[in-house]
Amino acid sequence: MTPKRITKIIFELFTFVMMLLALYAIFFYAPVEKTMGLVQKIFYIHVPAAFIAFLAFFITFAASILYLVKKDNQWDLIALCSAEIGIIFCTIVLVTGPIWAKPVWNVWWTWDPRLTTTLILWFIYVAYLMLRGVVGENKKANFSAVFGIIGFVNVPLTFFAIRLWRTIHPVMITSRGINISGPMKDTLALTFSAFCLLFIFLLLTRMRLEKMKRATETVIAMFEERHHF
Amino acid sequence: MCLFSFLVVIIFSFAFGTDLQVYNGMVPGILWVAFIFSGLLGLNRSFGTERDKGTLSGLLLCPVAPWEIFLAKMIGTLIFTTIMEIFTFLVFIILYNQNVLPFLVPLSLVIFLGTLGFSIVGTIFSAMSSATKARDVILSILVFPISVPVIIASVKATGLILEGRSIQTVYAWLKILVAFDMVFLLLAYLTFSHIMEE
Amino acid sequence: MDELHGQKYVVKARELIKKFGFKTALRQVNLSLISGDCLALFGPNGAGKTTLIQILCSLTLPTSGKVVIAGLDTRYHRAAIHRLIGVIAHDTFLYGDLTAVENLNFYGRMYNVPKLKARIDDLIDQVGLRAYKNDPVHTYSRGMKQRLSVARAILHDPAILFLDEPYTGLDQQGADDLQRLLNQFRDQRKTIVLASHNLARGLELCSHAAILNAGELIYHENTAGIDKNEFKQMYLKLTEEKTWSHQISAQVSYENSRRSYGKIFFPNSDPKN
Repeated sequence: MTPKRITKIIFELFTFVMMLLALYAIFFYAPVEKTMGLVQKIFYIHVPAAFIAFLAFFITFAASILYLVKKDNQWDLIALCSAEIGIIFCTIVLVTGPIWAKPVWNVWWTWDPRLTTTLILWFIYVAYLMLRGVVGENKKANFSAVFGIIGFVNVPLTFFAIRLWRTIHPVMITSRGINISGPMKDTLALTFSAFCLLFIFLLLTRMRLEKMKRATETVIAMFEERHHF
Repeated sequence: MCLFSFLVVIIFSFAFGTDLQVYNGMVPGILWVAFIFSGLLGLNRSFGTERDKGTLSGLLLCPVAPWEIFLAKMIGTLIFTTIMEIFTFLVFIILYNQNVLPFLVPLSLVIFLGTLGFSIVGTIFSAMSSATKARDVILSILVFPISVPVIIASVKATGLILEGRSIQTVYAWLKILVAFDMVFLLLAYLTFSHIMEE
Repeated sequence: MDELHGQKYVVKARELIKKFGFKTALRQVNLSLISGDCLALFGPNGAGKTTLIQILCSLTLPTSGKVVIAGLDTRYHRAAIHRLIGVIAHDTFLYGDLTAVENLNFYGRMYNVPKLKARIDDLIDQVGLRAYKNDPVHTYSRGMKQRLSVARAILHDPAILFLDEPYTGLDQQGADDLQRLLNQFRDQRKTIVLASHNLARGLELCSHAAILNAGELIYHENTAGIDKNEFKQMYLKLTEEKTWSHQISAQVSYENSRRSYGKIFFPNSDPKN
C-alpha cells in the first residue's frame, strides 16, 4: 500500500468516526430544547448542511472562473462535482427546514429571504446540471462555467430583492434566533466539523469517479476510432 | 409574440374573473407574466435561427468582437420586446380598466429597466440554449431562476406606481433593477466570447 | 504586402491538436504558408479537413497549439484577422429572407467595405447572378447560393482565402466559373487554402498539396507540374497505409489504457493477453 492510500484510508475512517460522534452528540449529549422540543435537534443537521451547500456553490463559482482563465479541464471537473454535492446538501436544507418549521412556525413554508434564496439556489444549480446534460461535449465546459459564474453572482441580488419584497409586507417571523447554551454550541461545532469532513470526502470521491468516467470515455472513443477506420 | 401576450392577459382575466376588481395587487403580476412569457418566445429565435441557418459562423467571421454581436442581439431583443409590451399594455389598460396616464413616465422607466435586465439575461442564455438539443425547455429553465430579482423588482415597482405612490417609494426597487442590469452587462462583456467559442 | 504586416509567413500553424470531447480530430498538425502560396488540402471523409480550416480561420480554437495569421494569433486578434481572410464553408452564411444585394450589403457594412454599391454590382456580375440579384436567397438553387457565397467571401477583398469543399453543389459551369475566379485570385499573388475531394481541380489550381488522414498531416509538398495520375496513386496509397499505422497506434494506446484501468473496468480480462 502506498502512503497516499494509507492517508486516504485514515482520512475516511476519521470522517466516519466524526459522523458517528456527531450523531451521538446530537441525540445523547445535546439537551432537549425547552420550547421547541425534540424537533429542534434537526437544527444540528440543517445549519451545517446550509453552510456546506453555500461552500460547494462557491467552489463551483471559483472553479468556473479558473476554468475560463486557464481552460484546464481539471477546473471544470471540480466545478461539476462541487455543484452536484451542493445540490444534495441544498436538498437536505430544503427538506429539513419545513420539517422543523411546521411545529415551530406552524407553516411548512414561508417566503422568508433565506428560505426563498435557498430555493432559487437549488433551481439554479439543477439548471446547471440540466444544461450540462444537453450541451455537446465541446461546448459543455465553457457554457457551464459561464452559468456557474452567473448563477452565483445572482445570489446576493436575489437575496436583497427578496428581503426588500418581504419587508414591505408584514413579516411573520421577526426573529429566528435560537439561544444556544454550552452543550448545544459544542454539538453544533462538532456537526460542523463532521459535515466539512464529509464534504471533502464526498468531493474527493466524486472527483475520482468523474476522472475514471472521463478516462473510460476516452478509452471507448479510442476503441471506436479503431473500428471506424 | 404580441398575440401570445394578448392571450396571456385575456386568459388571466378569464381565470380570475371579477375578483380582479378586489385584488388590485395582482394586476402588475399579470402584466409582467405576459411580458416575460412572450419575451421568451422572441428570445428563442434570437440565436436559434442564426444557428439553424448556419449564419452564426458568418457573423462570427465578421471583424467584430463577440461582445458586439451580443450587444446588437440584445438591443434587437430589447426593441422587439418593447414593441410587444406597448401593444400588450394598451390591451391591458382596456381590459383591466387602469388609469395610467398620470404615471406614464415612472412606469416606462420601470418597464424599460426591467425589460433591459430580462433582455440581457435572455440573450446570454439564448446564445447558450440555441446550441443545445432541447432549446425551449433549457431557455426557460436557465432564464427564470436568474431573472428572479428582475421579476420581483419590476412587479413590485409597477404595483407601487399603479397605486399612485410617488417615485421615492420605488427608489429601492429601481436601484435593484439598475444594479442587476449593470452586473449582468458586465458579466456578458466578460464571458460572451467563451459562449461563442467552439 | 503591407496589409500582411510584412510577415514572411501568412499562415502558420504550430502543433495543432483538436479534441472534440473524447475524440481527437487533429493530431500535431504543423503548417506554414508564405504569401502567394496556394495549398490544396486533400483527405478522406472525417480526416479533419473541415476542422483544420475552421481552426485556421479562427472559428474554432485548437485544444492546444496555435495559429498565427500574418503575425496575429487567432486567440487574441480575431477582428483584425477577420479583415484579412475570406471563408467559403459548407454553410453559405447567407440570410434566406434577404435578396442577394441585401445579403452583400449587410456583410459589406459589417466589413466597412468602401464604395460598397459599386463593389456589389461588380461582384454580382462576376458570379453571374445579375438576373436574380433582387430575389430572396431562399429561392436560389444550391449552386446559385454557392456563387453568392463566393461573392460574400471576397467582398472585402481578403488577402487570404479559405475554402472548404467549394465545388459541392456546383454544376460544371459553376465550378468552371469558380475556378476562373480562384485563378484570378491566385494570379493576384493572394494566398489560398482549399480543402476538397476533387483532386483534379485542386491540383490544377494549387502550387502545393497536403494530405490529411485521421487528423495527421502526412504529406505536404510542392506539386507544381506533378502528374495527376501519379498523385492519385500516391494519395490512395498514403491514405491507406497511414490508416493502418494509425490503427496500430490506437490499439497500443487502447491496450495501455486497459492495463491502467483494467482492474476497474475489465475485471475479467487478463492484461497479459
